[in-house]
Amino acid sequence: MSTRTFGEPIKRNEDRRLLTGQALFIDDVELPGMLHAAFLRSQVAHAKILKIDVSQALRRPGVVAAYVADDLGDYWKPGPLLVPPPPIAGIVFNQRTQVPLAKAKVRHVGEPLVMVIAESRYIAEDALDDINIELVQLPAVVDLEKGLSAGAALVHEDVGSNVSAHVHQTKGNYAAAAVKADCIIKRRFRYEHGISSPIETRGVVAQWDGRANQMTIWDTTQAPVFVRNGLAGMLGLNERQVRVIAPFVGGGFGPKIMMFYPEEVLLPWVSMKLNRPIKWIEDRLEHFFATTHERGQIHDAEMALTRDGRILGIKDVFLHDGGAYDPYGLTVPINSQCTLLGPYVVPNYDSAFTQVFTNQTLVTPYRGAGRQHGVFVMERLLDFAAHELNIDRTEIRRRNLIPADAFPYKNEIIFQDFQPLEYDSGNYEPVLDMALEAIGYKAFREEQAAARRQGRHLGIGIACYVEGTGIGPYEGAKVQVQSNGKVSIATGIGTQGQGHFTVFAQIAADQLGVAVTDVDVVTGDTDQFYWGAGTFASRGAVVAGNAVNEASKVVRKKTLKLASDLFECAEEDLVIEDGKVSIVGIPEKFVSLGDLARQANPMRGAVQPGTEPGLESTQYFGPPRGATANGVHAMIVEMDPRTFDLKILKYVVVHDCGIVINPMILAGQIQGGVAQGIGNAFYEKLAFDDQGQLLNASLADYLLPTALEVPRVELGHTVTRSPLNPMGIKGAGEAGAIPVGPLFAQAIEDALDLKRRGVELLEIPLSPSRLFELTRHAPR
Amino acid sequence: MDTDDHEMTVTVNGVNFQRRVESRTLLSDFLRHDLGLAGTHVGCEHGVCGACTILLDGEPVRSCLMFAVQAESREISTVEGLAGIDGEYHPLQQAMHDHHGLQCGYCTPGILMTMTAFLEENLSPSEEQVREALSGNLCRCTGYQNIVDAVISAAKRMRG
Repeated sequence: MSTRTFGEPIKRNEDRRLLTGQALFIDDVELPGMLHAAFLRSQVAHAKILKIDVSQALRRPGVVAAYVADDLGDYWKPGPLLVPPPPIAGIVFNQRTQVPLAKAKVRHVGEPLVMVIAESRYIAEDALDDINIELVQLPAVVDLEKGLSAGAALVHEDVGSNVSAHVHQTKGNYAAAAVKADCIIKRRFRYEHGISSPIETRGVVAQWDGRANQMTIWDTTQAPVFVRNGLAGMLGLNERQVRVIAPFVGGGFGPKIMMFYPEEVLLPWVSMKLNRPIKWIEDRLEHFFATTHERGQIHDAEMALTRDGRILGIKDVFLHDGGAYDPYGLTVPINSQCTLLGPYVVPNYDSAFTQVFTNQTLVTPYRGAGRQHGVFVMERLLDFAAHELNIDRTEIRRRNLIPADAFPYKNEIIFQDFQPLEYDSGNYEPVLDMALEAIGYKAFREEQAAARRQGRHLGIGIACYVEGTGIGPYEGAKVQVQSNGKVSIATGIGTQGQGHFTVFAQIAADQLGVAVTDVDVVTGDTDQFYWGAGTFASRGAVVAGNAVNEASKVVRKKTLKLASDLFECAEEDLVIEDGKVSIVGIPEKFVSLGDLARQANPMRGAVQPGTEPGLESTQYFGPPRGATANGVHAMIVEMDPRTFDLKILKYVVVHDCGIVINPMILAGQIQGGVAQGIGNAFYEKLAFDDQGQLLNASLADYLLPTALEVPRVELGHTVTRSPLNPMGIKGAGEAGAIPVGPLFAQAIEDALDLKRRGVELLEIPLSPSRLFELTRHAPR
Repeated sequence: MDTDDHEMTVTVNGVNFQRRVESRTLLSDFLRHDLGLAGTHVGCEHGVCGACTILLDGEPVRSCLMFAVQAESREISTVEGLAGIDGEYHPLQQAMHDHHGLQCGYCTPGILMTMTAFLEENLSPSEEQVREALSGNLCRCTGYQNIVDAVISAAKRMRG
């Protein structure tokens, strides 16, 4: 293969197994003697536990065991702090992590109280009905502001308030800048992000093998190495005794990270106790309560500007719903705080947030991970400023873009990777230009007026964003030439559909002169690769991809060295292609990679001191900080002014994520992200009552967008290399989902002429019914 | 509690099976766990997501909304039966591969079954018709566009 595959739309290696029903997902793991777990979960958000009686359940034929918190003995303890708070001066962080089974108190609907183990899942669920439970319900903390008011019920009494964390970060001096402003725009915004809702729910299978002293755990996790290390510690085993396998995982989007969910912690423990394999698969109802959410923030934000629309500074104070426990630290609100700044020059920034404990499911990152909230605030403030100052919406953005010669651009405040926020590279204006061109911005006003004359209501939206991607600490990869001449790659990250089996193969294929289809990739099996962090923050391709590249380069070097010894020629005279090494200009003089791999593992004879066997290398890559991708989304909608039915007529994404490995896979990531963004903006709302009950916990009521709601997305790309890694790439996994909220708000306001009618859209999600409420008293 | 078991016979992908099943066993569980045909996936167990779609006597149905015993003497097709004996793809499988119509692949078996049945009825569908037919299957990864393109392309290829 002399053709370079890097940068080409190579079809995916993983497809065959998925298309023929042969890919192993968690619920496909079947083991002899396997038992099944089911969980009795709290049906109320906040309550004292008086009594739990499982005796009736234990009498049911087929029930093997039932456990409450006290049965766990020393194994019962709060879970680990997964992400510590960043090093920010004056930070307040009250660590309260989730427990395996609720003891004394329940803190959210769905928190597990009892684990039942039975011969089948059907019997285990039957037995849940046999459990007698007495709770005394307490007032629930649901509303963020009420939760902070005096006399509010406390999620954790010992904290003394419902403050999970408080962070204040500044850049420059906002107060001094605001004094000089010609105009100050001040609004209150509410942004709610929903649930990731992958089509495959979570699951765990744990198998303790008493004879081998070995624990194997199949887990729908994005971070198997962390799960292995954590569980080994909890179970009192050496890490080598624990193997965690993340098989094919049916979508993750964040919440399948290493949460040490109660089920993840409990199943291995029970498996050891009973010396039987145990399976638990989350059902869809459980998923709504037992898998982490990403919910809401309330922002009181103001922007100070000059008369000509230049941003002097931004002040923002916001509340962030953290849920009942805070094991994931501050990643989500820190992302909101940092991403708010976007692609714009903001000389002065003063941002403070309070993360609030509530009696609801935990909040952890979901695709975008708080970035949406920040982008919404910034983009809306710019829209209102543009209106106030009578400047075109796109022009006010253009005037504030960070100029191309200002990189690396320092935003100073601390980002989720604990580094001062610094944009590595970018060239923003061409991205905006391409998007305006593609959406037909210039011609639109005429189009809109013509449509209005026919009684049709069209509106246009434009939103910009940057995305911090590809953060450290590191990933690694082992690349190996097999004696059959094929190449094998193992890496420690998990995979949930991102195309890792193909993009990593492309990287190695180019270095080692083999076909992409001859590169076999293993991800997410801790016995195949020992170290790693995981798949999150749009980092798989950037961090693990670069590790694959480094390892492949070393293997290439070893291959050439061995062949040069064999042919007694210089390495420069050799060429690697089509699975063999040959002498330049003498193609008949060659040795296959497989033969070389065999020779690299000799059976007899002495080797030179320091010789490593095999054509193999393990390398690690860690970037100094995250690479910053950017983009612009543009959309034209048609609204029915009576029903508020919305139709997307055109959707454009122009995006810069540096050097592209596989444009087909990249496009898929963007399209899928946009679909989730559309869901967030207009269809998906977690509807809670004031007692913390989720009122729409089914897919019939919580509306994921279907093929009828998601339009065709036109994509454009620009390329600005990242200087932070040798391949020059940036992450792209979350980009599609991030700026969709402000895009909807802007386009709907435009279509329904809401500015003139005195209505501003200050919240997400919107929906037909919400638009009806917001506009019913507005003049026509 | 005594279970209410039944002997049943069913044909799946042309193979005849006789099994004893509890009356409340869902067809999806029966296929996956009793017959080991785990290619049929379960996403919601309330008939919304479409991942568990199979063909029952040629008609797409949601196997999570049926009991196994209701399939007595019926013919079922699942994703495992789509490709040829020597592994060659059904035109829709090929088109899904060519158009990058899948990412995590979890919803894919249900989509393949729904849309192969659709193509049996309509080999010249418009994009709107494809989207309408696809709208009962949820996919959280792809944004659907590539699936739509794959179905249209498969139709073209099947028309010959």
